[in-house]
Amino acid sequence: MKHIKIAILTLAWVVTGTLVAQQTPASPQTEAISVTGATAHIGNGSVIENATLVFENGKITAIGGADTPTKGKLIDASGQHVYPGFIANCTSLGLVEIDAVRATDDQDEIGDIIPHIRSLIAYNAESKVVESMRPNGILLAQVSPKGGFVSGTSSVMQLDAWNWEDAVVKTDDAVHVNWPSSFRRGRWWMGEDPGLKPNANYQRDIAAFKTFMENAKVYKPELARQQNRPFEATQGLFNGTQKLFVTANGEKEIIDAVTTAKQLGVKEVVLVGGAQAHKVIDFLKKHSIPVLVEATHQLPPSDDADYDQPYKLPKLLADAGLLVSIQNADAANFQNRNLPFYAGQVVGQGMDKETALSLITLNAAKILGIDGEFGSLEVGKSATLFISQGDALDMRTNQLSAAFIQGRSISLETHQTELWKRYMGKFEGK
Amino acid sequence: MKFKNLFLGLCFVSVTAMGQDYFPKNDGVKVTNNNYTALTNARVYVSPTQIIDNATLLIKEGKVVSVGAQVDIPLQAVVTDLKGKTIYPSFIDLYSDFGVNTPKSSGGGRGSQYDPSREGFYWNDHIMPENNAIDAFSFNNKEAKELMSQGFGVVNTHLQDGIARGSGALIALNPEQTDAQRILASRSAQYFSFNKSRIKKQSYPGSLMGSMALLRQFFSDAAWYAGGNSNTRDRSIEAFNANKNSLAIFDASDKGNILRADQIGDQANIRFTILGGGDAYEDIASIKAANAPIIVPLNFPVAYDVEDPFQASYVSLEDMRAWNQAPMNPAAIAAAGIPFTLTAHGLKSKKDFLKNLQKAVQYGLDKTKALAALTTTPASLLGRSDIGHLKAGAQANFIVSSGDIFESDNTIYEHWIQGTKNILKDKDILDIRGSYRLSFEGRNLDLKISGSVEKPAAKISEDSTALATTLKYKEGWIHMVITDQEAGGKYRMSALATQANEISGKIVLVNGTESLFTATKTEAFKEKDKKASAGTAPEIMPVTYPNVGYGYAQRPTAENTLFKNATVWTSEAAGILEQTDVLVKNGKISKIGKDLSAGNAKVIDATGKHLTAGIIDEHSHIALKAVNEGGQNSSAEVNMEDVVDPEHMGIYRDLAGGVTSMQLLHGSANPIGGRSAIIKLKWGAPAKELIYENSPKFIKFALGENVKQSNWQSYSRFPQTRMGVEQMFVNYFQRAKEYEALKKSKQPYRYDEEMEVLVEILNGERFISAHSYVQSEINMLMKVAEQFGFRVNTFTHILEGYKVADKMAEHGVGGSTFSDWWAYKYEVNDAIPYNAAIMHSQGVTVAINSDDAEMSRRLNQEAAKTVKYGGMSEEEAWKMVTINPAKLLHIDHRVGSIAVGKDADLVLWNTHPLSVYAKSEKTMIEGVTYFDIETDKAQRAAIEKERNTLIQMMIADKKNGAPTQAPKRSMKVELHCDTEL
Repeated sequence: MKHIKIAILTLAWVVTGTLVAQQTPASPQTEAISVTGATAHIGNGSVIENATLVFENGKITAIGGADTPTKGKLIDASGQHVYPGFIANCTSLGLVEIDAVRATDDQDEIGDIIPHIRSLIAYNAESKVVESMRPNGILLAQVSPKGGFVSGTSSVMQLDAWNWEDAVVKTDDAVHVNWPSSFRRGRWWMGEDPGLKPNANYQRDIAAFKTFMENAKVYKPELARQQNRPFEATQGLFNGTQKLFVTANGEKEIIDAVTTAKQLGVKEVVLVGGAQAHKVIDFLKKHSIPVLVEATHQLPPSDDADYDQPYKLPKLLADAGLLVSIQNADAANFQNRNLPFYAGQVVGQGMDKETALSLITLNAAKILGIDGEFGSLEVGKSATLFISQGDALDMRTNQLSAAFIQGRSISLETHQTELWKRYMGKFEGK
Repeated sequence: MKFKNLFLGLCFVSVTAMGQDYFPKNDGVKVTNNNYTALTNARVYVSPTQIIDNATLLIKEGKVVSVGAQVDIPLQAVVTDLKGKTIYPSFIDLYSDFGVNTPKSSGGGRGSQYDPSREGFYWNDHIMPENNAIDAFSFNNKEAKELMSQGFGVVNTHLQDGIARGSGALIALNPEQTDAQRILASRSAQYFSFNKSRIKKQSYPGSLMGSMALLRQFFSDAAWYAGGNSNTRDRSIEAFNANKNSLAIFDASDKGNILRADQIGDQANIRFTILGGGDAYEDIASIKAANAPIIVPLNFPVAYDVEDPFQASYVSLEDMRAWNQAPMNPAAIAAAGIPFTLTAHGLKSKKDFLKNLQKAVQYGLDKTKALAALTTTPASLLGRSDIGHLKAGAQANFIVSSGDIFESDNTIYEHWIQGTKNILKDKDILDIRGSYRLSFEGRNLDLKISGSVEKPAAKISEDSTALATTLKYKEGWIHMVITDQEAGGKYRMSALATQANEISGKIVLVNGTESLFTATKTEAFKEKDKKASAGTAPEIMPVTYPNVGYGYAQRPTAENTLFKNATVWTSEAAGILEQTDVLVKNGKISKIGKDLSAGNAKVIDATGKHLTAGIIDEHSHIALKAVNEGGQNSSAEVNMEDVVDPEHMGIYRDLAGGVTSMQLLHGSANPIGGRSAIIKLKWGAPAKELIYENSPKFIKFALGENVKQSNWQSYSRFPQTRMGVEQMFVNYFQRAKEYEALKKSKQPYRYDEEMEVLVEILNGERFISAHSYVQSEINMLMKVAEQFGFRVNTFTHILEGYKVADKMAEHGVGGSTFSDWWAYKYEVNDAIPYNAAIMHSQGVTVAINSDDAEMSRRLNQEAAKTVKYGGMSEEEAWKMVTINPAKLLHIDHRVGSIAVGKDADLVLWNTHPLSVYAKSEKTMIEGVTYFDIETDKAQRAAIEKERNTLIQMMIADKKNGAPTQAPKRSMKVELHCDTEL
């Protein structure tokens, strides 16, 4: 076994030409751990000062004030903060390593309607980009295929694993759809005006999706003469075991997407993007649609828009009573480590800090349907959490001293910290 | 039959043709017609300012003989009475492609062609002064009639392709004669533009600044060539030099390009007449200062169909305003006293010209100035004394119209060109409308003729029973068909209309018998009152600075200001000062201390707030019209100062993020890029005021994957490896050394703008900011510089700088880096967010930059990341976006810190500026508040209100029958280093 491990490490070293492939995944929690003296940010909006948090066998067994009995190994986190692990939605973590190098890119399969394409399969548990999430507090991620109309099916991963089988915490959780836009960009590199103009194919594309879904709905594997993988892959949408994550940004597109999905009998619809969701709040509330807002570090959607429109959008929706989280599907993969700061940005717009925290913890877990296990520091939930020396939503104070996934004490080193230490060592003569 | 008509037509031409009497004649006897034509009793615009009522215009052999109220009419004159009619001189269009086909793009793949395709011409295929429109010219009857109907009698046509387009030809739109008469001049003007040829494929220039540099070099080369310095023949230059004294016309297409064209002309001592884009009114002061004649198009934007609110939200306020404001462009130009002409160029249908001209008049264009812009001004620019007016000796080119040509109820009847009459509408048509008693074969019917004079319609009734009737009225003949159910068939009638009160002619009865009919007028026709629609002045939205959303109604001015009781981040040795006052006077920081007295200054209570120097972004591509000139591996000759776009919304958004200065860099498409523009974000000021006065000189260099073209399919341009990149630099610097030696030797030399720039680098007068990633190439450029005795100023991006930080410190180069970007391409695989901290630890001056319109507006947060990654102190972290980039850009004597005597470029933050929670409340440059969070709120409301007003106006316009276009959003492509534009 040891030989195999070395062989894998050596191989990876040869392939990537760097120090090691990835930090070694932590072994299972063997003794109880008690964190004391910290400010505990529960994730549901509440805070416990000078808190004691106990976890055992990967589960939180106690959380409360200083008088909570401790057990096992003690971690004195006085003056520090403890948070539930942050959850990044709609990522392509582990599917692409270097955007410009095609050989490292497994995020976009050919075909327009391909729900049977599963992200789980290509997930690279040893990605250097994945490990770089953890020092910023991101411990869980939904990994989804990209591109096309129906991109494929995602799974939810914890970010400290040997392989995709032990990484996955929820398999095939959602089917991802990119709703077409009623306006399309001119192909400026072909001499067209680069602006947006009405998309003549909008209705046609939607009709193709509807036809597919209507057929998928009545698909009966036991009666069909041949298996139909795409139809099969959508069955969970109709019985509520899978969610439909639909990316739509315009007012019209949001209404069309949600209405169509509901008419087709999809039980659980999640709106992704929602740049103009604030204009259809009543509609979204009526249909109880959660919104995964685009990362707040965006340019405003138009020249006339408020310069802080992307900063405040999560607040506008949350204030109206919608379930809101944040995703960063459009940006490069590595940017997902800035998730806490996307939430922090909303605080600058007047959102309460604990509410902002819930955007990327409990709300994200609820949207993924994993809130029974993740997303907040509550007894019975997974001990997937971290300790930060300061406010983890602000970049100047987000400084992790320890992190745990399922109670396992994970490494906070990365390819990047190792290079840092290596060259500082060189310059300091170590 | 057709052939016979053609034959007759030719005969007619040969009879009336002038000036060809030395041609042999084999089809009959020679005939000449020396008769006069006298047009009497008309109102004649001899020129825009000389108007004579009841005048006689006497013409002969295509020319005006005399004009005036008292003109003796010779005996051999054909006299036409034009009582009540108005005569205008024909219009002249300086910018036309009449009879010359504009080539269409042949398309083509992605492969790049770097070398020219021609021999014996200029080295760049897009320079084609040897082209002559006349060689491609073929008179087009249909187009000529269309233009005549819009008032044009003479056009200057040219081949609309390429950067130097060659010579145009001046054409009289005379369909009745031959090219011998019509071609007034065959080298009437030279034409230029910034746009590459559609048919030539040479890559260079690939950008606006590249086109500008190419033209500068070409004009310089032409002068050098004229001095007899070249050993080789260049037919392009020879053609240009041969026509150097003719009118030079530049297609600029928008207000910024008018200034760019004018600037190039000034440098080459050429006064361009410049075709604008209809938006000059937005920056009329700069355009006037350019002192160039402007050719003004009348292609006003069509209203957007904004009835669907979803779709309407895509249209920007800027575009809505353009619809509302653009018709006043000619009026604004005229009012500013700028010499101008008008053109039909740019109109989708030339038939809209008069309609739009009338609209421009409605929007305030003075009629006399409009007429001058169409007649005397273009004639004088062309140096022609024989067109554009109707004085004795002028060509007999004129319009006969019903009245005022600038009013919509006007009709043009005739357009005479070179003495030949072209009838557009029959002015002598008999008005047959009215009520008649129609009698034939003992029957009496009531006939009512109504409709228009040219196309009347008839109704017939007998004892109030209507009989179906059709009426045709053409060339004086009336044809009617009456259906009589009782008689079981149709009556057919024909008559020549000769008098107003009676029509009589032949009728064929149902049974085929012929008889006569008479219709006697019983009542005159009465015109219905027209809808009173005209008269109300259009509502025009005010122009703002810049004329887009968030533009200011007035340009903001400097205010003496006292910030009271702030936490002051000095970015100086003084560090962070608590509860401190800062006094701003005359745009400078005048005092820093406690309890300062305000004097006349406005006091701002900054208690609990933080005051910092404005953020400086070392690496940005916002506010640019183009980024990369990748058509060659070196483009040192291009200058980003040429393409600053002061209206880019990125400026305002960056102000909201506390940014006040930045370097606008060329992209990274080639190893030697272009010169930089270092600007202040003075929102609302024209481009030239954004650029630092006495700006430090910078140039972009680039290394690595982009210059090797690794990530796109291109394999033909040297260099393709990092090895080649080094050799290219060595070669260019060596050549620059040799160039300078030659120049200093006082031997004749060809001025080479690219070499001039490289010489500045060698001499330490221009600084390099080098896009770089991996350690090998960083090391290489330092070694090349050392070999040539200069120092690299800045490595930008420099993501592996941490690996060679010691070498960088030794060389003395600064590093301007991303805080945490990596993994997007292979060369950033070892990029780490600790880079800034490591370089700093080794004594390198480090800045955090954006290269991104979004990140630029949060550089305070990016600086804060160096606290997280590598443990920088907050004070040092803050310097990375203020004084450190100022030092790297050599502007630290003016900006980058809060020190007495420095520019008052300040930001007031609501909280700790490195916090993700911080917002700028005020951003000030030189004492002028360019962003204020309260003003911003008011602006948002104003945008909503104005959008709504304009939407209501467009919907009302649509209801009144105006054409609309589908909503769209104009978009500038967001530019990064890699953008190929």
